[in-house]
Amino acid sequence: MISVAGVSKRFGGTLAVDDVSFAVARGEILGLLGPNGAGKTTTMRILSCFLSADTGSATVAGFDVAAEPLEVRRRLGYLPENNPLYFDMTVAEYLSLVADVRRVPRAAKARLVGRAFEGCGLGPVRGRIIGQLSKGYRQRVGLAGALVHDPEVLILDEPTVGLDPTQIIEIRELIRAFGSEKAVLLSSHILPEVEATCQRVVIFNEGHLVGQGTTAELAAQARGSEFVDLAVRGPRELIARELAAVPGVVECVDLGEEAGVPRFRVRCDVGADPREELAAAVARRGWGLRELHAERLSLEDVFIKLTGGEGK
Amino acid sequence: MRAIWAIAKKEFRGAFITPVAYAYLVVFLAFTNWFFFRTYFLRGEATMRGFFSLLPWTLVFLLPALTMRMVSEERKFGTLEVLLTWPVREREAVLGKFLGGLGLLLVSLAGTIPIAVTVFALGSPDRGPVLAGYLGLLFFGAAGLAVGIYASTLTENQIVAYLAGVAMTFVLFVAGEDFVVVAAPASLAPLLAAAGMGAHFWSIGRGVVDSRDLLYFAAVIFFFLYLTTRRLQRRG
Repeated sequence: MISVAGVSKRFGGTLAVDDVSFAVARGEILGLLGPNGAGKTTTMRILSCFLSADTGSATVAGFDVAAEPLEVRRRLGYLPENNPLYFDMTVAEYLSLVADVRRVPRAAKARLVGRAFEGCGLGPVRGRIIGQLSKGYRQRVGLAGALVHDPEVLILDEPTVGLDPTQIIEIRELIRAFGSEKAVLLSSHILPEVEATCQRVVIFNEGHLVGQGTTAELAAQARGSEFVDLAVRGPRELIARELAAVPGVVECVDLGEEAGVPRFRVRCDVGADPREELAAAVARRGWGLRELHAERLSLEDVFIKLTGGEGK
Repeated sequence: MRAIWAIAKKEFRGAFITPVAYAYLVVFLAFTNWFFFRTYFLRGEATMRGFFSLLPWTLVFLLPALTMRMVSEERKFGTLEVLLTWPVREREAVLGKFLGGLGLLLVSLAGTIPIAVTVFALGSPDRGPVLAGYLGLLFFGAAGLAVGIYASTLTENQIVAYLAGVAMTFVLFVAGEDFVVVAAPASLAPLLAAAGMGAHFWSIGRGVVDSRDLLYFAAVIFFFLYLTTRRLQRRG
């Protein structure tokens, strides 16, 4: 439902998003995880057609964000960062406005607005001015505004930030209920938050995508798994396939070429150390082994780096 | 169309929830009534000429108060991101805001009807110039709104947006005044005379509704709404 391919965005001298690719399928909740300034919000703004990417392409519900932004926005529910709302409207007026600008069929408007009220627990504050509501209620108003038109895709930028624990649980329930039939992309800078709601996680740091996988895979990685980095001169695809077939290897990731030499990262079973086998496999095919070294990369390392803040 | 209308309604009603509309209406009506009736009975003449010559000045200073928040506030509070990620074109959003402002302008002009009623009750002025005068005010005000909305895209600060709106409307208003035209280089004089809003307004106010004057105001409105749309498209 969402696909992002090689998207980059530069603001002045800084590269906010650098060659990022990922996808979200129907029925899936994907979490974007990373510290503030990692590029999550920029990525979401590109998907919501608020900003345009410098390079790369992205589609939402089958429509290209650059070529058909109106079609994308029609199928999208979007909660921007910090949940901006029109403070000088009542909750009922706001949801009615959203339904109108989103061209919800008039016959279905009352039903859909009513459902958003109910689903987000907004009944008690229907006639209240948004600016006078508590933060928790405002968050629910923002969420209701994002899903009142029953969108195919929901993009939520830090939907639970600043809420108390009970409110967080309520919002999570809501997102999970919605995500069972639609595609949801949400961002957070807190790992447990993402673990609680998302099946799959993409980790951002300094504009780069530094890791992705299901929460189970990431948990396994966090326990510590071994990586072996290789540089092998030869046919890239063939090498990747050969390396992946070595016993003890879970997967082989193509890292592209550096100075004309293809590079690979091989992830191994926990406790396995197939460095000799990898070297033998390369030698058997007569390819040039330029480099081979073990890399112990745990998710904790990534997180320490992520939460370490002020860059390197 | 439905989206434009919904946005217009939001701008209009929003102005009444925040006290912007009330403040504007009170000041506008107090100002116009005071200055009208202060001299009206001295003149002993059943005419609204004084009213129509004063009102553009009132609008130059008051309309930007209605428009100053329209974009700058959305930008400051981030709601621009909500607005521009709805499936509406930038020009539809701009048109909605403009129509919302136009609604407020109509309400304030309707508030001056008691003045007209008084004048007609106490004498028998020509109906033509009065109707033409109101038509002129409507076009002048609409152009002022378009300029003000554009000024509001220039900054996040509402006070700056207000002052920029006043300055731009003022310059556009006086550009065609004799005083300016005479002082300007001869090569620029005809251009200034044609570009000034004042000259076109006075021409309508005389009771001669010339399509060129109306076309002029339509062009000003279109031009500034277009510039506003461009600013929103560039997210600038």
